[in-house]
Amino acid sequence: MSAAPEHAPTFTRAGLGQRLTPWLPALLVPLIILAGFVLIGSVSSWLTLTVAGLAMGMMLFVMASGMTLVFGLMDVINFGHGAFISVGAFVGVTVLLWLAPLAAAGSVPANLAAMGAAILGAMLATGAMGWAFERVVVRPVYGAHLKQILVTMGGLIVAEQLIYVIWGPQEIYILRPEALKGAVTFLGAAIEKYRLVAVGIGLVLFLAMRLVLTRTRIGLLVRAGVENGEMVRALGYRIDRVFIGVFMAGSALAGLGGVMWALYAQLITAHMGNELMVTVFIVVIIGGLGSVEGCFLGALLVALTQNYVAFLAPKLALVSTIALMVVILMWRPQGMMPVAKAK
Amino acid sequence: MNILSGNRPGALPLTLLLIVVVGCLALAPFLFPGTRALDTAAKICIFILLAASYDLTLGYGGIVSFAHTMFFGLGAYGVALMLDHLGRGWLPMIGGAAAGAAAAAALAFVIALFSLRVRAIFFAMITLAVASAMAVLVSQLSGLTGGEDGLNYQIPRELTPAFRIGKLFDVTVNGKILNYYLVFAGCTVLFLLLLRIVSSPFGRVLEAIRENDFRAEAIGYPVLRYRAAATCISAAVAALAGALYAIWLRYVGPGTTLSMEIMIDILLMVVIGGMGTMYGAILGATLFVLAQTYLQDLMGAGAEALSAVPLAARLLDPDRWLLWLGVLFILSVYFFPTGVVGRLRAMAARSARST
Repeated sequence: MSAAPEHAPTFTRAGLGQRLTPWLPALLVPLIILAGFVLIGSVSSWLTLTVAGLAMGMMLFVMASGMTLVFGLMDVINFGHGAFISVGAFVGVTVLLWLAPLAAAGSVPANLAAMGAAILGAMLATGAMGWAFERVVVRPVYGAHLKQILVTMGGLIVAEQLIYVIWGPQEIYILRPEALKGAVTFLGAAIEKYRLVAVGIGLVLFLAMRLVLTRTRIGLLVRAGVENGEMVRALGYRIDRVFIGVFMAGSALAGLGGVMWALYAQLITAHMGNELMVTVFIVVIIGGLGSVEGCFLGALLVALTQNYVAFLAPKLALVSTIALMVVILMWRPQGMMPVAKAK
Repeated sequence: MNILSGNRPGALPLTLLLIVVVGCLALAPFLFPGTRALDTAAKICIFILLAASYDLTLGYGGIVSFAHTMFFGLGAYGVALMLDHLGRGWLPMIGGAAAGAAAAAALAFVIALFSLRVRAIFFAMITLAVASAMAVLVSQLSGLTGGEDGLNYQIPRELTPAFRIGKLFDVTVNGKILNYYLVFAGCTVLFLLLLRIVSSPFGRVLEAIRENDFRAEAIGYPVLRYRAAATCISAAVAALAGALYAIWLRYVGPGTTLSMEIMIDILLMVVIGGMGTMYGAILGATLFVLAQTYLQDLMGAGAEALSAVPLAARLLDPDRWLLWLGVLFILSVYFFPTGVVGRLRAMAARSARST
């Protein structure tokens, strides 16, 4: 028996460029922040704008994540997602107005309790509404994109009109809870407290979502469902239960986003969800349909760009987002982090 | 029937209904005198064309676009800007319409290249984003477009009420009526052109792509090219409809041409009338515009009758008419995806079989 021929295979180390490629989308965010710093030139305005952009990005992420998850798992494109944002905002604001004494009180725990109750109320209401929406509107049109777009758009119209019926046609003004009013000064820049809270909520939510998706059994099922739903069903899991759970969670997240936006803008209208949907779509597209991480990065990119451009050239704010989308789609036609199933 | 490109309405009740609608529109100035009626008739003509051009992408191409009002607006603003800057005259008017149509087709081409390349549903989202950006841009560039106030301008004198010709059947024929017939003729010609397009081999391939794009690609049809061409044609026709609307109204503004509400109106018209039928656009637009103009009166009466019941009165408030159309829209997507036209055809087919 002769010995195996002597050879020692060597692997060439992947070049720096190759190793960086998967991280490029994540690197874009600091790059944009840096570009903003160079273009704006003043530390204090840059800091204010960056925090504002991050806060807005987190809120966009909260609203968009539900939609991208629903798409990834169920291949359902929900144009009615904006309705959940509006309903969330209206329910949250109603709760907050009921608890006005708590929200206006000087103590921080009371304020937080009022805000917590508003968020809880909004998420419960939109979660329940998501369940009904899935049952009544979406269930009959699984697998048919054209009908989904039409039907969910119809759902959006009806939901928006029902808001008018219930809450009346006027816009509602809302004041933030006492503890979240005002700003802190840091390096000469005034930073609104509420924005820091919004960044905090968004970050916690993103980390929690990643944790659930990557470390728990439910998350495993969801990811497997995104990858290959039929196989998961063949293995004996009732994926439709997972479907409806994710749809409700996605709707509740939209509701949370709605409350956060309501307190940010301090003004709510029935068509706010519809208006926000435009940005949410852009976020979802540039992130890559179905990807939570892509959605997070996309939201930050869009919000930062919009804030910087709004400062540098106010008229171009919305156009800049479209330009960002065009550039990203030229670079990666499927979005920054496409999910395997996205055909 | 050569003029219909061999694409007949099909069922007898449908044919009769279409003849009634088209006949009424053709004789509208003489049958329904009065400014409001004539305005409604012109609006119906224009929205029939607009809905038909939307049907080319939605019904035949199977692509949902939310930028159709943007193309509509491009045509309208094309005419308005030319007439505003170059003064009244036929040449600026026609030039404006042509420029608007060319711009719409070019923009549609670019959007199609970006979004249809990947997957058709991208198109829906991207058109929504681009259209709303365009609406914001138009209202912000107030120096050029008049912003939220829009533009008022002069159209050639022959098309205004001041130009009188004579009397016909007790109706004074003036420029306004000529203008109406310009709109009517323009819409008829373009509608027949669309009918010609969907009945051509091009239209058949489009339908094949709608049914199964993967298979169409495998057979050897370049899917992207067909879809892009369909959106370009549809955009150009929408822009021409917008140009006619601008000529009729002698005013353009974001609210009348670019708003999302109009987009939803078009969607409702096509779906309620019947997707992928072309004739659906005629019935859908007629029903919708009539409902928009007269249903609100009816609902107002209903709301008054029910004013004792707290929530019901609000549900029937005239401002909530879109609620009921939205419900109708969802129901029609589920239960008759082929709309009124499909229903009538199916009924006729059934009765033909049973006899």
